[in-house]
Amino acid sequence: MAFDFLQDKDRIFTNVYGFQSWDLKAAQKRGDWDNTADIIKRGNDKIINEMKESGLRGRGGAGFPTGLKWSFMPKESPDGRPSFLVINADESEPGSCKDREILRNDPHKLIEGALIAGFAMRARAAYIYIRGEYIMEAKVMEAAVKEAYDAGLIGKNAAKSGYDFDVFVHRGAGAYICGEETAMIESLEGKKGQPRLKPPFPAGAGLYGCPTTVNNVESIAVVPTILRRGASWFASFGRENNHGTKLFQVSGHVEKPAVFEEAMSIPFKDMIEKHCGGITGGWDNLLAVIPGGSSVPLVPAHEIMDAPMDFDGLSALKSGLGTAAVIVMDKSTDIVRAISRLSYFYKHESCGQCTPCREGTGWMWRVMERLRDGDATIEEIDTLHEVTKQVEGHTICALGDAAAWPIQGLIRHFRPELERRIRENAGAEPVMEAAE
Amino acid sequence: MAEAPNIPDELEVRAKWGDFKFTPANEKLAKWQIAKYPEGRQKSAVMALLDLAQRQVGADTETQGWLPVPVIEYVAAYLDMPYMRAYEVATFYTMYNLAPVGRFHVQVCGTTPCMLRGSDDVMAACKNKGMAKGKTTPDGLFTLTEVECMGNCSNAPMVQINDDNYEDLDYDIMTRILEDLADGKEIPVGSQIGRKTSEPEGGPVVLKEMVKANHDYREEW
Repeated sequence: MAFDFLQDKDRIFTNVYGFQSWDLKAAQKRGDWDNTADIIKRGNDKIINEMKESGLRGRGGAGFPTGLKWSFMPKESPDGRPSFLVINADESEPGSCKDREILRNDPHKLIEGALIAGFAMRARAAYIYIRGEYIMEAKVMEAAVKEAYDAGLIGKNAAKSGYDFDVFVHRGAGAYICGEETAMIESLEGKKGQPRLKPPFPAGAGLYGCPTTVNNVESIAVVPTILRRGASWFASFGRENNHGTKLFQVSGHVEKPAVFEEAMSIPFKDMIEKHCGGITGGWDNLLAVIPGGSSVPLVPAHEIMDAPMDFDGLSALKSGLGTAAVIVMDKSTDIVRAISRLSYFYKHESCGQCTPCREGTGWMWRVMERLRDGDATIEEIDTLHEVTKQVEGHTICALGDAAAWPIQGLIRHFRPELERRIRENAGAEPVMEAAE
Repeated sequence: MAEAPNIPDELEVRAKWGDFKFTPANEKLAKWQIAKYPEGRQKSAVMALLDLAQRQVGADTETQGWLPVPVIEYVAAYLDMPYMRAYEVATFYTMYNLAPVGRFHVQVCGTTPCMLRGSDDVMAACKNKGMAKGKTTPDGLFTLTEVECMGNCSNAPMVQINDDNYEDLDYDIMTRILEDLADGKEIPVGSQIGRKTSEPEGGPVVLKEMVKANHDYREEW
């Protein structure tokens, strides 16, 4: 059965490429801020229920149901503590470049979403935490926030809803780890971004010790459209448990890398053919794909080809949808180097708080670098795998897991290639049928 | 985190930057940043103020700027926080330069998505102009740093030079950019192969109406 590609009328981010202005007037003409007060007047519970029914799962990687997350926030504050919404715009997962397009081309969708989400979870303000390297994007966002204040859309009696709500932009300064929600909260408080132990969870004690929900940019920016068009519209895309539309980001060895919005569960091959002009050198030249950003394990070509691009489809392949950052590698790729470069990334970004990660990321990278040239013994592949298992699950946050999984994926699918390099380096006869 | 930089001699630095303070314009910006956070939570603004201070040092030295110790001390005092807490932040985040940099801080992304599309060539173009990782050229023009994923992966490979991104690069384009910068020429930022942003090369395959007009799709709902 042919896949029903998403039609333009069903795209949420119609200005994703920035051909038109991001400013308030242009955004309003595209439908943003259209009677937002009416949505708010539906009430907190109705909004949260509608979000639950839409099936939206968090777009930042973990895929936790967004409506459910909001429902963890306290309904009242007996001790007078305010609640906060923190919007995670610290997009730093290698391969991910979708939030950037929302920030610089459709910022008003994010601000309107912040107001509605903030109201629904009874937050008093939203902080948008933008990665430091997104300098121009932060400038656009600041300007859009100012426009929204000047037009009375946020601030006191926001959008004439009777609700007071502030939105602030906070810039990071270069630290991948701040994308982890509790590290982000630490960073917002003016500290180095080292993750906190949970519990307490942010919904109980987050920013400044107050109830806090951290949501990804895309999760918040889709909220106004979902509420305007209805939960059933959003849920009509994608397979059960994987509903909605999604911004995919394709990089690497395709003819035309791009960012685009598609229906969830789109088969990999259809997606690449339609949006990216195919694989460099044709489909027979495809080696492997990292389908969800650097921290998910790679999937070899024959397994990914017909896979539905959604949470369950990719976890069935022992990988994940993550942020839907699809890194494509053709047969010209030095696959060991490609993964080793990710190991270097995690070594560079480890915050140093937990020993398995602080020591393990460097150790794993050094072994990976030797494996590139086959300067190792066969047994070291097993030792490396064992070390990834010792790092995984033994750290406060998921950075340790994220450093372990790409290596595990490499060993799972490309062990013959690792062994071939070791044998060749040891001076054995070259093995011609290289497992490329 | 990143390798420790060579922090310049403290006495010299203190002599030069000991009486650093924000310009009136930056003072205003600092107050605006602090006002974003609740009463008593002013130290939340430490990242913004360190950035502001680095930019002011940059304006004084005609570079991207850096953070001499007395400047970090000034920011800490400004926010009524212990120096060590501010130093902790300055050393944790990679965008604070702890040593002087050149006029142009050339930050080549080397992470896998850029690597797959030729960041080696971009790096080679830099090296062939006499640049070396972690070093500033003798004329003070360029400092080269290999950075981790900058989030422009569908426009890889890319480089961020001071505040601007240059995307869809190859060896020749990068060479030209470095030459144009040295000559003081204006260079358009973003994609260097004519893409607007992250649409496929040659034009979008979806949302084509949006190219020419601000189309409202609601009538088709």
